Amino acid sequence: MPQLSFFRIFLILIICVSALLFASPNFFYSMVDKKLNNPSQTSAWPNFMPLTLVKLGLDLRGGVYMLLEVKTDDVVKEKFDFLWSDIRKSLVKKRKELGSIRRIDSPSDQLKIEIGNQEGISFAIQEIEEFNSSTELFSSRWSGSVTRDLLEISSVDNTIIIKFSNEQMTALEKQVIDQSLEIIRRRVDETGTREPTIQKQGRKRVLVQVPGLGSSEELIALLGKTAKLTFNEVVSMDTSSNVPAKMDEKVVGSEQNKDLFFLLKKRPVVSGENLTNAQPSFDENGLPAVSFNFNPSAALKFGNYTKENIGSPFAIVLDDVVISAPTIRSHIPGGSGIITGNFSVEESNRLAILLRSGALPAEIEVLELRTIGPELGRDSINAGKLAALIGGLLVLVFMWLSYGLFGLFANVALMLNIILVMALLSILGATLTLPGIAGIVLTIGMAVDANVLVFERIKEEINKNSSIYNSIRIGYEKALSSIVDANVTTMIAAVILFFFGSGPIKGFSVTLGLGIITSVFTALIITRFFIDLYVLFYKPKVLRV
Amino acid sequence: MLLRGLFNQSREIEFFRFSNLLSYVSLGAIAVSIILFTILGLNYGIDFRGGTMFMVSSPEKVKVSDVRNTLSGSRLGDISISQATNPLETLSAGTLVSTDNIFIIKVEKTEGLNVETKVKSLLQNSIPSIKFLQIETVGSKVSSELVRNGMLAVFFAVISVLVYIWLRFEWQFALGAVVALIHDVILTIGVFSILRYEFNLSIIAALLTIIGYSLNDTVVVFDRVRENLRSFKSLPLLKVLNKSINNTFSRTIMTSVTTLLALFALYFLGGDVIRGFTFAMIWGVLVGTYSSIFVAAKILLILNVKRNWDEQDSKAGTQF
Repeated sequence: MPQLSFFRIFLILIICVSALLFASPNFFYSMVDKKLNNPSQTSAWPNFMPLTLVKLGLDLRGGVYMLLEVKTDDVVKEKFDFLWSDIRKSLVKKRKELGSIRRIDSPSDQLKIEIGNQEGISFAIQEIEEFNSSTELFSSRWSGSVTRDLLEISSVDNTIIIKFSNEQMTALEKQVIDQSLEIIRRRVDETGTREPTIQKQGRKRVLVQVPGLGSSEELIALLGKTAKLTFNEVVSMDTSSNVPAKMDEKVVGSEQNKDLFFLLKKRPVVSGENLTNAQPSFDENGLPAVSFNFNPSAALKFGNYTKENIGSPFAIVLDDVVISAPTIRSHIPGGSGIITGNFSVEESNRLAILLRSGALPAEIEVLELRTIGPELGRDSINAGKLAALIGGLLVLVFMWLSYGLFGLFANVALMLNIILVMALLSILGATLTLPGIAGIVLTIGMAVDANVLVFERIKEEINKNSSIYNSIRIGYEKALSSIVDANVTTMIAAVILFFFGSGPIKGFSVTLGLGIITSVFTALIITRFFIDLYVLFYKPKVLRV
Repeated sequence: MLLRGLFNQSREIEFFRFSNLLSYVSLGAIAVSIILFTILGLNYGIDFRGGTMFMVSSPEKVKVSDVRNTLSGSRLGDISISQATNPLETLSAGTLVSTDNIFIIKVEKTEGLNVETKVKSLLQNSIPSIKFLQIETVGSKVSSELVRNGMLAVFFAVISVLVYIWLRFEWQFALGAVVALIHDVILTIGVFSILRYEFNLSIIAALLTIIGYSLNDTVVVFDRVRENLRSFKSLPLLKVLNKSINNTFSRTIMTSVTTLLALFALYFLGGDVIRGFTFAMIWGVLVGTYSSIFVAAKILLILNVKRNWDEQDSKAGTQF
């Protein structure tokens, strides 16, 4: 006869009650959601109940999904540019021994220098070794990561190849990404959306998810710009970009006039890093502008520069375009100023945000951009709910028609199965996506499998004229091996999907995997419990499965 | 009950009566699928091809040709426009604007991200009431990675399953199961080639689920084969296989029917977004059920499993 130990009943009760408890908030979604967002307001949702809600994926609630790649190569290239100008300075002094010195084309992760006299190569390498421990190369924000060997120097014939050491490269990349993450976070926060997700993905990618945002335009405008602001000395202005520039000069276009080009000193007087604040404002003509403040050291520099250059123009450069080039009319001592340009109010707002959040250390490229409108998300939820409901009903009816009373036992187990999946999703904080709903509906179909396997075995045993209880016991025993094999294989597929899938697909693998676990549990424990109760208390003479 | 006794357990169906013929049918179907795939290729979605997809709706009557005219001459590259239906409208009018026309516009190639703004402004100018339900842009860098990850996922799934079944059974079983899987995957790709359903990330997910499902079926049959091989030592393999398939047949049908019931509900009611996925799954359940009987078991018959299970070699095939 079946055993109904206290422990068994207790365990089943605990699991059923807690599953119901943790799944229940999802059936009153809007009510609980309101309570979560305004904890101060009184709500119809009782206080003693849990507040576990399934997190809805972007495809269900609408929003923007963005995969960005930080172009760390650019930073490396910039580092090599600085290094080259320093190395050149030091090698030029030894021109007698080395002959001609020039930089030749190379992949972006290395610097190649060719010298005229091959005999001088070891001498040149010796000179370059000096830079190996030079902290100047990684001044300011890179200094934290200085290790003994920064550079790997090798040579082929009369060419010297310089690379960053692996540790240095990793450290550099990590710093660029971390800083980008921080700045992206600040900029996204400025849009005022709630619960944005910003995560690092792989080595140099950033995943940004902003639920509830109806359009990606604002986000692109905020993240697409590096926002590198500099104040540069103007050497000359021209209508052509073919101006001969010296080593320390560069030609930059103008935002306001396509035919105007500026020859600027490369080294800025002050740069955006030194800003302490930036606010949208208006200039003396009432046109939109951005006002800013420098930190004390930059304020001093800027003050001195304006004092010495009254009457000459200086350029305000944003991302390598001159946005304005006012003439210095007087000494500006206070370290504050105003940027004018052809701004709309919206643009001045945005520029202020960008300047406040700081410049991205490298350009970012948008690899993937998905915008889902809130209407579509709502439709998908409704469609998914309806499909789950109808699909579930069909399965329930079919099981009842096929197995009668035992079918009803399996049906109770199936309903508990869905509640368990919802509860687990809520507790684990997993994200429910549209394919995830598909996974649940599929689970409804497949969950009865374990029960069917058992029932068919019990039927076989009854046909062999075993006693009622023995038929049940042997049925369960014999079906176990098939149940384990069948579910382990599906589980393998779910696990692989989890690791290879992205976004919504991952959501599918989660519900599929959870569904497998809960369906085996409900078939082996819950259905068995009902059958045992039935046999114990109803004492049937024949078993009709 | 109504359906009770639908599967009479005393009746034995001879599954291998036409098995040679069916083997040729399967081989033929595989060949046709491969030919279709080579000639027609798949209708790759932007996940795998890169580009931008717009899902738009308008309460006004708008024709596909109107949308096409609006966008032509804008030097946007290859554009494909199709009209989608939303079955929810007819079922539960009221939750949706029931006269909405939904279009799916795919624009190939993205240089920078201005495709999105350009198409948006063009459409907004000509159809002021237009609503953008969904916009997706996938760069070529990501799309090639997604293709690679998708293929890797299917490959790893097949390999891990091969290893699992090998450990639990014998190598002949593993081979039979994997041939059945490959059969299912190839036939699914063939059907997608000819029906021109969009092949995207969710179809890869469907393929993996099909692999899981088909295997589920195969393993249940194999489990019975192993058991019957032990119980009926002198029975010829053909008879053992047939007996095992018969033993598990009602379960096979039951599970397929319940899964199909759920899938059909999803297909008709789940909305456009996952229709391709559900279609792949329905096809996969049908093909998977067929292949576990007529492909996997047939391979086992051809390879001729050794029978001395209980003797010396008891370490092969871990048993529960």
